[in-house]
Amino acid sequence: MTLFGLRVPMVASLVLWAALWEVVGQAGATILIPPLSHVLVRLVEIVPTESFAEALGLTARAFVLGTGIAVLAGVPLGVLMGRWEPADRLMLPWVNVFVSAPLSALVPVIMALFGFGELTIVLTVVLFAIWIIVLDARAGARAVSPSLSEMAQSYGAGPLQAFAKVYLRAALPEILAGIRLGLVRAVKGVIIGQLLVSVVGFGHMFEIYSSNFLMEHMWALLLVLFALAFAIDGVFARLEKRVEYYAAARQ
Amino acid sequence: MNRVVALRAGPAVAEPMVEVRGLSKVYPGGVEALSDITLNFPKGKLTTLLGPSGCGKTTLLKIVAGLIPASAGEVSVGGRKVTGPGPERAFVFQDFALLPWATVLRNVAFGLELRGTGRWEREATARRHIEEVGLKGFEDAYPHQLSGGMRQRVGLARALAVDAEVLLMDEPFSAVDEQTRRKFQEDLLALVAGKGKTFLFVTHSIEEAVYVSNRIVLLSRRPSRVSEIIEPDIPRDLPPDRIRRHSAYIDTVEEIWQGLKRYLE
Amino acid sequence: MAAAPWALRAASFVVVFAAWEYAGRLPVNPAFPPFSDTLVAAGEMVADLSLVAALGVTLWPLAVGVALSSLAGVAAGVAMGLSRRAEWLFVPVFIVLQAAPLAALIPILVLAYGVGLLSKVMTVCIMAMPVIVLNSFKAIRHAPSSLIEMGHSFLGSRRQIIAKVILPAASPVIFAGLRLGLAAGFIGAILAELLISPTGIGDLITYHQSVADYPKMYAAIATVIVLSVLFIGLLDRAEIALFRPERRSAR
Repeated sequence: MTLFGLRVPMVASLVLWAALWEVVGQAGATILIPPLSHVLVRLVEIVPTESFAEALGLTARAFVLGTGIAVLAGVPLGVLMGRWEPADRLMLPWVNVFVSAPLSALVPVIMALFGFGELTIVLTVVLFAIWIIVLDARAGARAVSPSLSEMAQSYGAGPLQAFAKVYLRAALPEILAGIRLGLVRAVKGVIIGQLLVSVVGFGHMFEIYSSNFLMEHMWALLLVLFALAFAIDGVFARLEKRVEYYAAARQ
Repeated sequence: MNRVVALRAGPAVAEPMVEVRGLSKVYPGGVEALSDITLNFPKGKLTTLLGPSGCGKTTLLKIVAGLIPASAGEVSVGGRKVTGPGPERAFVFQDFALLPWATVLRNVAFGLELRGTGRWEREATARRHIEEVGLKGFEDAYPHQLSGGMRQRVGLARALAVDAEVLLMDEPFSAVDEQTRRKFQEDLLALVAGKGKTFLFVTHSIEEAVYVSNRIVLLSRRPSRVSEIIEPDIPRDLPPDRIRRHSAYIDTVEEIWQGLKRYLE
Repeated sequence: MAAAPWALRAASFVVVFAAWEYAGRLPVNPAFPPFSDTLVAAGEMVADLSLVAALGVTLWPLAVGVALSSLAGVAAGVAMGLSRRAEWLFVPVFIVLQAAPLAALIPILVLAYGVGLLSKVMTVCIMAMPVIVLNSFKAIRHAPSSLIEMGHSFLGSRRQIIAKVILPAASPVIFAGLRLGLAAGFIGAILAELLISPTGIGDLITYHQSVADYPKMYAAIATVIVLSVLFIGLLDRAEIALFRPERRSAR
């Protein structure tokens, strides 16, 4: 948007919203919305505490492990589905079901099978992240131009070589796009998992705050989580931009 | 042989339908596409804008269409100044610009639909023009069921259906295959001869320009200026294959190529 | 390509169900019943109407929430796509919300609106809304410029171009957003029943888990997943029937 002939960047509107939040909070319209300034003070208080560091560490570990597994399993599976018809026919129906299924209903199954510990959280993250990664990797592998795969064959590449040196690279833009969407889902998964398990990490902290009615604490924790999620997304979006030209391997 | 018309001084063969005066276009960001272009487009004739790719031919055409504002200068059509799109001009798009969710019939009638013409009347008009471009029987087909050449016929029928005096054609045949393209060119000649409409035609193909044009405007590289105006002196009443072998045709193609070569590199 | 597509599709389900049956009979875990037991349990729960009643309860907040989010979300997204000002003001907010783990808001919602229907509807809304809004926005913003230009050149008014060109061109992406929104709404509805107060399917899941009647627990979960797939398929059909005549005739 331009104002008085000057370009006002999009993020500036977030400042406007923050100001609105502060005003509503100061007006005391509802105890649910404490002023932003109080929340920020609380945030500075919470972040250095040991319980926060512990929860963050736990969450980060589950997140990294879960997405790591999802990427390492999902990308090869997706590329395989994209390049080999029978695998695609066998697995695509299931991937399509799970990519949009209410996965929150499956978390109790994971809890019943693997208990209330870290493993359950990790598996929840995998469950949330993997399907979109598979689908995008598949789309990327299918978009690789036939002439590129014929090139690989005509220069004598074996199936494994072609897989690693051609398809995986040429499909990279979609793969990264899928991983990025997977990361966003993983963030949601790790939080949903912790909320349902509610005895570990941030889920536990939310439990304590909400049972003690600590609104400011809750919002502070939320802000931290939102910021982390947004930062992960932003960093990955940058990475994605850098390999955009790989997509030239199409058509 | 060919008459090479002096720059700026339009010949008085036919009265001008479209007049362009001192036209310049600078895109935001400083790219200068057109620089001080003055041109006349004679009524009832086909004038081609020809030049190296990226030279601003399409920009010029879209300014005449009223789709892009000029930075300086003005365009008038039939004596009236252009401030936006108008009913006396119809555009044929390079990528066809057909509505994928509409049938051929609705696509052809779309210009009339936007003008508020009643359904019965606009569909009757559309059917007539669908037949005219040779698509009778495809009224209820959807664009994705047609070949590229057929799609462009739909685009052409849509432009004809609004009965505009000026047809603006932006590389209309560039997305169709060579055989279809030749057939198109022959049909276009018949259209120019039969309708008395004024055609502005953009192409990057020298052969196509020489084959279909009464008048060819050569544009220089960006920022484009008019570098030369050529009126091919080719007997139009010959059958197509004779035209393509006629020495005037071959010489004009060669002459234009020699003229454009210096813009390469 | 030798086998008919439906045969491979059926094979894919058979393979998975057989694996499920085998793993259940081993059993790999006491909390993992075989497929046949789950199927029988589902039959029993349909017969005694407990499953049907639970679905009715679960679908109610889901339907209200998804309907609200769809109407408000598409309207907001379209407005943001058409107006630069609305874009400037709202898009950054929704981009943040899209990436954020909004499930973390649920404890606050409970504090605000109690454990009743309202909290559950709100949960569905916060899960479904961002993706619907952002997809509608992107759909409008990415409507093919050549079609819009065509509309202008044939003298369409702004209103005509919006109604006859931009909206139909945007409808596939808007509907993709609605599908994602419905999927997210399902996640939200189940999450609400597991976290806020046990009702409907959520109640069946938690109850049968607590009494270790795993076949019934799995049957309830599988039913929800099947239902979400069915609903998303229905939405697809609706889109083709209403807005995409060319895809209808292509079959």
